Amino acid sequence: MSKVVLPTKGPLLSGKGWTAFFVALIVVCAVAPVLNIVVPAGSPLHMSDYAVALVGKIMCYAICALAMDLIWGYTGILSLGHGLFFALGGYMMGMYLMRQIGRDGNYKSDLPDFMVFLDWKTLPWHWTFSDSFIATLILIVAVPGVIAFVFGFFAFRSRIKGVYFSIITQAMTFAAMLLFFRNETGFGGNNGFTDFKRILNIPIATQEMRMTLFALTGLTLLGFFLFARWLIGSKFGRVLQAIRDAETRVMFSGYNPLPYKLTIWVISAIMCGVAGALYVPQVGIINPGEMSAANSIEIAIWAAVGGRATLIGPIIGAFIVNGAKSWLTVAYPEYWLYFLGALFIAVTLFLPNGIVGLVRKWLSREKAQPVEPVQEARRAVAAEQGVEPDALKSLTVDAKGARA
Amino acid sequence: MTPDLMDAGAERAARAHGMPYASGSTESGGRAADFGRIVTPGEIDVTHGRILYLEDVSVSFDGFKAINKLSLDIAPGELRCIIGPNGAGKTTMMDIITGKTRPDSGTVFFGSTIDLLRHREADIAQLGIGRKFQKPTVFEHLTVFENLELALKTNKGVRASMLFRLDSAQSDRLAEVLQTIHLADSVSRLAGNLSHGQKQWLEIGMLLMQDPKLLLLDEPVAGMTDEETARTAELFLTLKGKHSLMVVEHDMSFIRTISEIVTVLCDGSVLAQGTLDEVQADERVIEVYLGR
Repeated sequence: MSKVVLPTKGPLLSGKGWTAFFVALIVVCAVAPVLNIVVPAGSPLHMSDYAVALVGKIMCYAICALAMDLIWGYTGILSLGHGLFFALGGYMMGMYLMRQIGRDGNYKSDLPDFMVFLDWKTLPWHWTFSDSFIATLILIVAVPGVIAFVFGFFAFRSRIKGVYFSIITQAMTFAAMLLFFRNETGFGGNNGFTDFKRILNIPIATQEMRMTLFALTGLTLLGFFLFARWLIGSKFGRVLQAIRDAETRVMFSGYNPLPYKLTIWVISAIMCGVAGALYVPQVGIINPGEMSAANSIEIAIWAAVGGRATLIGPIIGAFIVNGAKSWLTVAYPEYWLYFLGALFIAVTLFLPNGIVGLVRKWLSREKAQPVEPVQEARRAVAAEQGVEPDALKSLTVDAKGARA
Repeated sequence: MTPDLMDAGAERAARAHGMPYASGSTESGGRAADFGRIVTPGEIDVTHGRILYLEDVSVSFDGFKAINKLSLDIAPGELRCIIGPNGAGKTTMMDIITGKTRPDSGTVFFGSTIDLLRHREADIAQLGIGRKFQKPTVFEHLTVFENLELALKTNKGVRASMLFRLDSAQSDRLAEVLQTIHLADSVSRLAGNLSHGQKQWLEIGMLLMQDPKLLLLDEPVAGMTDEETARTAELFLTLKGKHSLMVVEHDMSFIRTISEIVTVLCDGSVLAQGTLDEVQADERVIEVYLGR
């Protein structure tokens, strides 16, 4: 009777996957610092400070793209408000960095400069814990998490779905932006926070500190990647995909979708918050512009370009789009937005599975061995309806062979 | 519930289980000992010979009465077929039972103690009511195996899902269902790549994984080949007795194969009830089916 061969649970990463993972780990923690600090500036191998800042920034974006993928690619909920969580994490870190300036500001006051400028005498209540680094770390996770929880609870309980949800999240981040623009809110108004001097009493503008932040960002990205991998590989991850494909079936299978959606929504928001907190000390500024509608939409574009419902795709997408952005905005500053729009349209029309989907299609056409773990390849194909059946079939055959 | 209703239910339950029936042979029939019985929460109490009991249920959408004072009951282990012209309220009735639609009035009980109107979809599914949709609904981007695994009866909370691992009893159950639904050699195929008939089977398999007490099946053989239909009929007949089934179907030859009692719905209430031959001979049934 039970001669049926059931597939067993695959490893977290395949052999090659682990190799790539550790190569990335070594590059971030050892190679990049050596190239930046040890290799002299004249050498062709030298990694410039500009490159460190750029890659560090893009790694923060990649965390956002990964977070977006969990909620959009896997659960089918398109959030256009992730910029808010990113900015909230950034503001929490920014408050701490403002307090670290101490009396070295322009007004030589204990209060941050903008408060002196507004003639405030004491710190507002929400700055109470801003001088503690530990409290800041907690707030970086807690503030985006709690706001996402409250928002998500009411939105998902009311069964708001699809484009309505996207519009509401967009409105949410826009409302927050208007709020943060006001001086009375106590977040520095439209100038936000800048002019940071120290972190943990160590000067922030040194090469070593920049490299430390860079490595920390890389480690966080890799850590989140593994965590997302584990999450998606568990039954929890499959329930998320089931919610994306047929939510009523999920309900009639005995699952209440609300806690599932809420969990992944909060996880996604926290990831964005952490990314924002890593971003602010590296770029040295945070202002309400981070909450603008365009920023949140860009996160979705990175995920779409790289390939939804593949975990590596959005990371690649963040690198490609932002790499192109940093080059184009210098070379042809007026064309960047046109390029972004065209890219989004092209990806939507011709690359429903993003760049990763395209590469996988090529690989399967050449009858090559699939490079990525089969399970992921399968999901990648599955990511979007309306893929050519021949591509699907060949991949399915691969999947069978490797899994049996 | 009146004593004769209870007796009628007991009779049908006995027949469904292939047991001889004598009035008063059920646990409660003819006795008054059931006052003071302890109700276990979550346990389905079928001592009254009913697993599902709808009374005077009405629901209207924008003034249109989709269900109009519908009363219907199913005995434990019974296989009940529901037929009726389009718009008779068959699917709406299933929506009400499974918590998707709230009726304007009426009562819906699962067993004697569980008021279904006080539960939500997921709870109702966990209580033991499985539902197959009219259009086969499977998780297209998951494999056959993963589809069945998701449906498996287990703790369906978030944390339990994150840490879930199939144990050997569950694997055996999964393998057994795979055999039953003839998809054992398609374990790793994506559900979206299955044929229409196979998707229907997979959805039935997912219901079996849930191990429900009551199965609601909305047009289970639509789009199936004759062979698949015959196999489905065979499967349903083996399920009868262990589970209660409510089958909505238009395929009369399929109904003839599996049915004992057929209920005809029309305009949101029961028009006729009896064996297939009886209802087919009924003047009113002929009228609604052939038009007036």
